[in-house]
Amino acid sequence: MTISAERPVATSGGATTTTERVSWTQRPGIWSQHLGTAIVGAIVGYLLGHWLGNAIASSYPYIQNSGQNVIAVTLGEIFGVAGWLLGIGALNYPLAKMAGRQPGKEVDVQGWSKYFRYSTNHKTVGLQYVVGVLLFLFTGGLLAMAIRTELLNPTTHYFSADTYIKIVSEHGTVMMMMATSIVVGPLGNYLVPLMIGSRRMAFPRIEAFSFWVFTAGYMVIFSALPLGGFPTGWTGYAPLQTQAGPGMIGYLFGFAVIGMGMMAAGFNMAVTIINYRAPGMTWSRVPILVWSLLATSALLTLATPTLFAAGVFGLLDKTAQTAFYVNEHGGSAYLWQNLFWFFGHPEVYIMALPGFGIVGEILPVFTRKPLFAYKVGAAGMIGVALLSFFVWQHHLYQSGINPDMRPLFMLTTELISIPTGFIYLVGMGTLYKAKIRFEIPMLFALALYFNFLIGGVTGVFLSDVPVNVTVHGGFFVLSHFHYTIMGGLLFAFMGGLYYWLPKMTGRMLNKKIGLWHFWTMFVFFNLTFFPMFIIGLLGQPRRVFTYAKNLQGLNDFSSVSAFLLGFSFLIFAFNMVYSLWINPQKAPANPWDSRGLEWQTANPVPSYNFERIPVVLSDPYRYSEPGAPAVADLGDAGLVHAAPQD
Amino acid sequence: MNETHHLRRMTTIWVILSIAADLLGWFVLGPHMPPGRMTETAYHDQIDFNILLMVALPVVIGVWVYMGYAITVWSAKRAPDPVGGDAARGNTRTQVLWISITSVMTLAAAAFGTWALVVDHGSGGGEGPNPIWAPSGAAQAETAAFSPNSGWTPGQALPVQVIGQQWKFTYRYPTFGGFETSQLILPDNATIVFNVTSLDVIHSFWAYQLGVKADANPQVNDVAYTETKQLGSFMVRCSELCGIWHGAMYNSGQVVTPAAFQSWAQQTEAANAANTKLLPPFAWTYVPDANGANGGYYPDGKATPYSSVEVYGSKNPAS
Repeated sequence: MTISAERPVATSGGATTTTERVSWTQRPGIWSQHLGTAIVGAIVGYLLGHWLGNAIASSYPYIQNSGQNVIAVTLGEIFGVAGWLLGIGALNYPLAKMAGRQPGKEVDVQGWSKYFRYSTNHKTVGLQYVVGVLLFLFTGGLLAMAIRTELLNPTTHYFSADTYIKIVSEHGTVMMMMATSIVVGPLGNYLVPLMIGSRRMAFPRIEAFSFWVFTAGYMVIFSALPLGGFPTGWTGYAPLQTQAGPGMIGYLFGFAVIGMGMMAAGFNMAVTIINYRAPGMTWSRVPILVWSLLATSALLTLATPTLFAAGVFGLLDKTAQTAFYVNEHGGSAYLWQNLFWFFGHPEVYIMALPGFGIVGEILPVFTRKPLFAYKVGAAGMIGVALLSFFVWQHHLYQSGINPDMRPLFMLTTELISIPTGFIYLVGMGTLYKAKIRFEIPMLFALALYFNFLIGGVTGVFLSDVPVNVTVHGGFFVLSHFHYTIMGGLLFAFMGGLYYWLPKMTGRMLNKKIGLWHFWTMFVFFNLTFFPMFIIGLLGQPRRVFTYAKNLQGLNDFSSVSAFLLGFSFLIFAFNMVYSLWINPQKAPANPWDSRGLEWQTANPVPSYNFERIPVVLSDPYRYSEPGAPAVADLGDAGLVHAAPQD
Repeated sequence: MNETHHLRRMTTIWVILSIAADLLGWFVLGPHMPPGRMTETAYHDQIDFNILLMVALPVVIGVWVYMGYAITVWSAKRAPDPVGGDAARGNTRTQVLWISITSVMTLAAAAFGTWALVVDHGSGGGEGPNPIWAPSGAAQAETAAFSPNSGWTPGQALPVQVIGQQWKFTYRYPTFGGFETSQLILPDNATIVFNVTSLDVIHSFWAYQLGVKADANPQVNDVAYTETKQLGSFMVRCSELCGIWHGAMYNSGQVVTPAAFQSWAQQTEAANAANTKLLPPFAWTYVPDANGANGGYYPDGKATPYSSVEVYGSKNPAS
């Protein structure tokens, strides 16, 4: 392996040692490329695109009654994203290459300003993603509060029906977009190189691109609101999509943009894991989080192109008058449903697998035991990823398409519970005769097993066609997927933040506040969503602003719990601010006594992670094993036995 | 305490709680589980739900008991130092047993679901335009749908067309002259053949207590069956997001005695005769355009077709 040869000579303590021209993205001071220039680029790009759209199609496809020219809106969005990427400097390198010029030298910027720049350092990108996904999460959460406010009363309305459906649609779409990247982006980018003994991700520019295009997607999806919103929910079904106003452009283009980021992130992650493992990091020693991210990356890379294509088809229907989804003109509304769910169901596992990986990392550390049935766990993740491509039509059981295929999709859907069950085998086996330390990350990991069990078991009900007749399209399914995505992935993400932020920031999160955060989140999550199973079984469809009077008690209970659940996120936010800035407590180098390779680097992690590429000698889970081999040989730092043996 | 004692304790707690939960689930909650017993499909859907519940409860309780036990007994404050090494890294017997049990349960659930789907003729779900599991009499009902004066007699299957549009459901009774109404009245002890379609976007016809749900797709005839067993009213809601007023797209229907149904149908057919003439002829699907669904009664006051240019002049609305 020749990784050491790849170390740029340009850095030494952050200062450049050559006279080569430094890229605009890394020049110090305001006269460079940073968030400010990106914002200017986006605004100028949008205005330019909008003007161009009006110029080339001034009177043609105005969307009826919207006062907007759909071509102008679409070109505005496209040029706006291009301007954003141009402004931040994402296109500097390819444009210079295309022009036959030598691109500017890329150096590692020091200081806080690096978080507002196009950084190719995986640790910077990881922390940028932390802020990015939390921004998504909190705005999506505010919309959820609005939804639960409206559902306080079936007859007194706080929002108009129009506003309400736009809030619902925006909430669903924003949260889904966020959830696709919530682990791969922050934790994946930051930790994978450290966990596999690499100095960097395989494609640092693509990595940075994935983050900045992700943020562009955030702005595009929110641009739908000033454009009038969209009424389709996150599923965007045609013909409602075809009928919708210009806000729909924000949805279609937003998913296409986010899709680009997902594909870039997944591709980069997969290549990194496959090719950048340190010597000795064999497949049977790869940490379980890395296995989960590899499986997730396969889904991101293979499923997302369908979403991208589906979004582009929708845009073409709206702008170029094609008829992909227009029945009357030879298209098919079923095409959208098939394309969307062919992406959408693998996506569900994009939002589950990383959570399984996180708890797989946390459990051995806090039980002082090896991960039970590690290979079965890894096989389970690959199995889930493979099977997830064969289940999409269970969303269409009642749609009238392929009714004779329903037994097949019922079988494939139920089969997926076998590899998912492996994750429980791993978890329960690891708990057996353990010595459990109830630190905050462990509490969140245990909560995942509690919550996801309810989400998973109710999924079996949904997959059964006869039962699906009653539960499809109602609050039962809504509660089911909140239990899997929020109860699973989000709890795992929170556990992951408490576990790894000491490594990422050098600061410990306050335990006392963390306990308040955990218990309020766990209790009120369950009190919010469990009643929704009952509400759904009693006949309340999703996405409605009114409901039967006899369901008000349950809805109110759920709403009040949701407000308190929202409050738990404020506790988390306070903990972040308190622990990182108000009263920072320096984190020990290895606060949890972990054997993980990521904990063996210095704190803060040096720019190139490892002074010498480590030679991995053992898997990271050999806790409580007398005479267990060292985890890795780090060169000058010596053999690393990592944690003290219990 | 040795290994056997831990497992024996957990198993004992699990068995007791599971039996209690299943008995409670089957005998106390079971009869009240949705969608009730108003129709044959609802009854089967309820049984299906309850059987899955009987399996799900022990699974959930098993994991919870195990976790609760682990948290209580093996906490760092109490537990002795754990043993690592190969024995803790895996156990072939446990792994094989786990995989075998979950596989058998999964395959059994899929087989049972398929059986229930087939014997109950689609279990009330939309089967598309060409259902492969149809109850007896369904084919005749579909043929009768194009004989507008064939009416309905007890023992026959009754075809009813459900038309979704933003934001209401209407119902056509093709064997009673094809009249269209916003009331859904059904006879008791009869096989009902719902032909569900839409004039605009996708809706979903959800007759909750009937155990029927079928998406209403434009230009698609989505067929669903049920067999009424009890008198009473039921709720109809749209369960697929169809735009702004999706939440307000609901009404209720009624299952009445056969005699009452015949009387209602004949009276409504007569009362609506003038309107029915203006409707497009009965068809499985309708293609709306500027002239309405296959023509019809539209702004120029004529039947069909009308010239939008004549009506609107040069400001021709988009078709």
